[in-house]
Formats: sequence, structure tokens, C-alpha cells
Amino acid sequence: MKKILALIMIAVLTLGLAACVATPPASGQTTGTSSGVIKIGIVNNPPSESGYRAANVADFERVFNEANGYKASTFYSLKNDEQLNAAQQFITDGVDYLLISAAATDGWTNVLENAKNAGIKVFLFDRMMNVDESLFEAAVVSDMAAQGRMAVQWLKEQELPEYNVVHIQGAMGSDAQIGRTTPLDDEFAKGTMNCVIQQTATWDEATAKQIVESVINSGEKFNVVYAENDGMAKGAVAALDEAGITHGVDKEVIIIGFDCNKWALRELLAGNWNLDVQCSPFQADKIDEMIKDLEAGKTLPEKIVINDETYFDARTITQEDIDKYGLGD
Amino acid sequence: MGNGLKKFTRSQLVIPLFSLLLLVVFNLIRDVEFFSVSIVTNNQGNRVLSGNLISILNGASAVAIISIGMTLITSSCKGQDISVAAVAAIAGSVFVSVLRSNEITVPVIILAFLFSCLVTVLFSTFNGILVAIFKIQPMIATLILFSAGRSIAYWINGGATPTVSSPLLSSIGGFIPGIPIPSPIIIMVMFLILISLVLRFTNLGLYTQVVGINEETAHLNGINPILIKLIAFMISGICVATAGCITVCRIGLINHETLLLDAEMDVILTVAIGGTALSGGKFNLYGSVIGAYIIQALTVTLYAMKVPSAAVKAYKAIVIIVIVMISSPVVKEFAINLYKKLFKKQVGTNIPMKAS
Repeated sequence: MKKILALIMIAVLTLGLAACVATPPASGQTTGTSSGVIKIGIVNNPPSESGYRAANVADFERVFNEANGYKASTFYSLKNDEQLNAAQQFITDGVDYLLISAAATDGWTNVLENAKNAGIKVFLFDRMMNVDESLFEAAVVSDMAAQGRMAVQWLKEQELPEYNVVHIQGAMGSDAQIGRTTPLDDEFAKGTMNCVIQQTATWDEATAKQIVESVINSGEKFNVVYAENDGMAKGAVAALDEAGITHGVDKEVIIIGFDCNKWALRELLAGNWNLDVQCSPFQADKIDEMIKDLEAGKTLPEKIVINDETYFDARTITQEDIDKYGLGD
Repeated sequence: MGNGLKKFTRSQLVIPLFSLLLLVVFNLIRDVEFFSVSIVTNNQGNRVLSGNLISILNGASAVAIISIGMTLITSSCKGQDISVAAVAAIAGSVFVSVLRSNEITVPVIILAFLFSCLVTVLFSTFNGILVAIFKIQPMIATLILFSAGRSIAYWINGGATPTVSSPLLSSIGGFIPGIPIPSPIIIMVMFLILISLVLRFTNLGLYTQVVGINEETAHLNGINPILIKLIAFMISGICVATAGCITVCRIGLINHETLLLDAEMDVILTVAIGGTALSGGKFNLYGSVIGAYIIQALTVTLYAMKVPSAAVKAYKAIVIIVIVMISSPVVKEFAINLYKKLFKKQVGTNIPMKAS
């Protein structure tokens, strides 16, 4: 008897959960497309994921709202299956456009085919997925390797007599880590730069500090810290400060970070760091532009659109750059 | 003298001290310079101590402080609190948000710290109520905050990784002007002294062990097990808040996703290495603290050997398996029997040393 009761309970709970998952996108019902309002469904990762994502979500809220002629419904999840369900629900609701930043690259073919059959146009943003290119209109993504190349290129332009690099990596295997590591690895392989140490701090500031501390304690000399995000660069700088090693513009050690948080850019402006490479979370304007083009009957020139990204040099950065490009506050 | 040695070899401190000694000897053989400490002038213009030894003592402070609370919880509740690192992230976030809404002065820092203590004690008490009153297994009860803690910290931060900077904060996380020893080490020592005094001049230590050994007996003797367990969790809350705030001050930034990431596992290991049975009962605070230094010494050694940090955890695991195996009763008994067989006549003093 108890077992049967337990089974019933489990069934009820599962149904309840399924209902929870399915309900959020069910808003945005028929308002009639003739009114000129464009209905879009956005599937994204939750803003709690990172500062990057918070800026990304805010950017989409800024562009896709009723003032700009959009009726947008958004669904957030870190889980691919929940995202798939939500996308399917958006298709059933009959949106005009579907904007997706997928939690995982696989498993989307079916849903995108359904969208295509329903005449719904799909845009991918931030993250690519493993599907045939015919299934989406365009993808607006970041090129992590380009970010790494930018940083390494800048470093080479400094024409230091020798490059002794402390390389602090992000979580191994992540897109950002691979993209930002490869160009520097190439230089190490060519022998143009000398790798003092290459360690992953898994994006953790405190671990980055420990790694740099151990290098300092070993007595090895270095003149570049290449940290694959701002937080780890800050950790590394904390270790340098404690050991009395100067850093920044025209100092002993060059500091390179990634992501362009506002606080990191302020460090650049103060001359404590040397370079920060942008990883842009701002894709909404580009997608807005492409949707307008499609509505006007134009065709899109390219499938893969790489985010315009840039970098900031401590010697040229201005307060305006910080206000415009900085993430967070 | 022989009696003293006998007493020492039986104490819970043998294994942790011996392991620490082993690490020290290993490092001295590998590189004589490893433990050399030098005085450098840091970028704030203070003359401070620097070297691997300082890195070890400094780096281990957060884990050592949390391990004090964890030891009490382990002893009284026969289980571990796995939410400590996540709650530390909450503490750090509260600390930073109070600091950011005020001008940073000494009273504001104290206020921010007290406020984060209050918050963590509330969260820890929540854990404690689940464990002590509802009798849920500690690991399951704390699983709730283990998974939710960092999300709560996210809400407090509003998603970003806010930074705070002030010379006052860097004196807490780094060096106080004029004192060459890193402040986290000083805080750790003060904390340990404080807790030792509390345990010495109250019956808390005894009661905690009694509750851990036999709850029923404790109850019959007029000790309220629920209260003792709750107190253990509350003390742990203060430990966690201290560790979280120190970690924030070190870097001047709160990253709720990575602050003390995986530290709960290090802390539990620390307690285990320190000679406190994870099934509760007798505990040894100093053992736990030494355990924290062992883990940090191991990490620093591996970094110095340029072991890829992704692999550091695997190497750590191997060493820890060895330490835990050595201290397991089965191995101990086997070693003692072996020793008896080999040297039948002089059974005595240094048995556990050989067992190690």
C-alpha cells in the first residue's frame, strides 16, 4: 500500500515539475501580427550565470521591448532539456522569431526543424550549436580565438627584449579557455615567448593568487601576466603587490586581462594594468538590425556574424570607453 | 620520559604531525631553499615576510578557521556540514554589499563583518535545526544550502562580481602597516586562542563529545543534545563568516561562483586528517588546524613542482588516501601485530610511529 502511495506521489510530483517547466513561455498569446508588433521568443541562460550573462540579458531587454515594436517572451534555464521544451512551446504559441543561446550544443535539430516548418525564423546568439546551417537565419557569436590573437598581437607589438610569461588559464575545456590559450601556446611553441608557468585557476581569483605566489617564491623572473579573465588578473596583481613587484604601464610586469568589467577598465585607466580584451555580450542590436532587414524583405549576407570586439590599452583608454563598454558597475 | 612519549604516540596528533614532518623533509630534500623566508618591501611600502612558508600559513587560514567549526559539528552531529563554502560566499556577499553602501571606515568594516556573521549564523542555525530537531542526516540537511547558497549570494550581489577597494581592507587580507606577518595568519591564531579559551573555561568541549559519543547518555545526564548541536552550528557560522570576509579582503572582490570553491571538501579532509573520527565523538581542534596546513603545504609543494593545477587534486587525493589509510584502525592493528612478531621482546613506545 505504502509503495503504491509513494508511486502516486512521485507521479504527481513529476507532473507538477513538468507543468512548471512548460508554463513560463505560455504567455504572449495571439495579439494578431497585423498590428505590426513582432512577436519573438527568447531562450537564454539565466542572468545569475555570470556578470557576462547579466549584461547580455539586460542588453536584450533594452532592445526587444514594446517601445521598439517587439512583443518578447523570455525563458531562462541552464538546462538544455528545459530550454528545448521552452523553444517548442514558443513554436506552438506561434512567435515570429526565435532567439536562442543554447545551454548545450547538441539536441536542437528536431526543434529547429519544427520551427522551420512552422515558418518561424531562428537566430542564434552568443553560442553556436551543432545543427545544419539551413536551420537558422544567422548566428551572432563571439570568436574567443580572435580575442586571444588580439592580446598576443598586442603583446608582440610591445617589442619587449624578452617575454617571460605567467599564463593563468580559465576552466580547462571551456570555449573561452581554449580560444584564449591557443594563440599564446603557438608563441611558446615558436619560441618567441618563454612560458614561465602555465596553470589553470578555473576562473578563481584566490587560486590565481596562489599560483603567482608560488612563481614569485621560486625566484623565477617574469615580465608578463596573461590571465584569461579579469578576476584572475586581479588575483595575480594581489600577489605581485604583496611581493613588492610593480605592474602596469612602464613597470616591471605587464598585466593582461579579458572580459572588460568596469572595475578592470578602471584599473587600466589608473595605469595598474596594461590590456583588457573585450568579450562582448551585446548582440541584441545586431539581431534587431537583421530582423528589420528580413521584415523589409532583404536577405542576410552571412550566416555567422562575429561580434565586433575590441581591446583597451591602458595608454589610450578613456572614461567614455569605461562607461560604454564596461560590464557590471 | 618513556611515559610521555607513549602518551604522545597514542594521541590523535601523531598522524597529522608525522604527515607534516614528512612533507617538510620531502621539500627540504627536493629544494633546501623551499622554506627560506625573506623580507621584501611590498607595493604599499611596508617591509613584509615573503616565501613559501608564509604562503602556506597564509593560504591555509580560511580553511583552518572553517575547520574549527566543522570539527565541532562533526563531533556532536556525527556528520559534516557541506554547505560551508556556499555560506561563506553568502557571508562575503553580505560583507561587500554593506561596505559598498557606506564609506569604508573601521567601524563600517566591523559592522559589515558583524552583519555577515549574523546572516551566516542564521543560515547555520537553519542547518542546525534540520539536523538537531528534525534529525535529518547532516550531509542531506546541508545539501540544501550547498546547492542554494551561491544562488542566494548571487541575489545579494545582483549578478555582478562587485569590487571593494580600500587600504583598510588590504590590511585585513594582506598586511597591516608595520607588521610583517600577513593578517590572515594573525586572525587565525587569535581565533584559535579564543575558541581554545571557550572550550577550556566552559564544558562545551566535553558536552560536545558526550553528545557525539552517546546522545541518550548525554540526555540522561542533563545535557540537552539539541542545544549542543545548535551551538556547534552557530560557532561554525561565525567561523564561516570570518573565512569568507578574509577571502574577500585578500582580492578585494566577491565572486560568488568561485569564492572558496570546493573548500568544504578540503575542510572535511582537514578534520579527518586531524584525527577526529568523521562518525563523531572525540575531537581534536589542533589536529584539524594542522590538517589545514598539511593540505596547503601539499598544494604549495605541487605548485612549486610545476604540477599542472588541474592535476593537483589527483595528487592531493593520492597523498590523502595514504594518510587516511595509515590512520585507519585496521592498518594500525596490522602494523602493531607485525611489530610484535618482529620484535617480540621490546613492545612499547614507538609503535604507532612505525605504523606510520
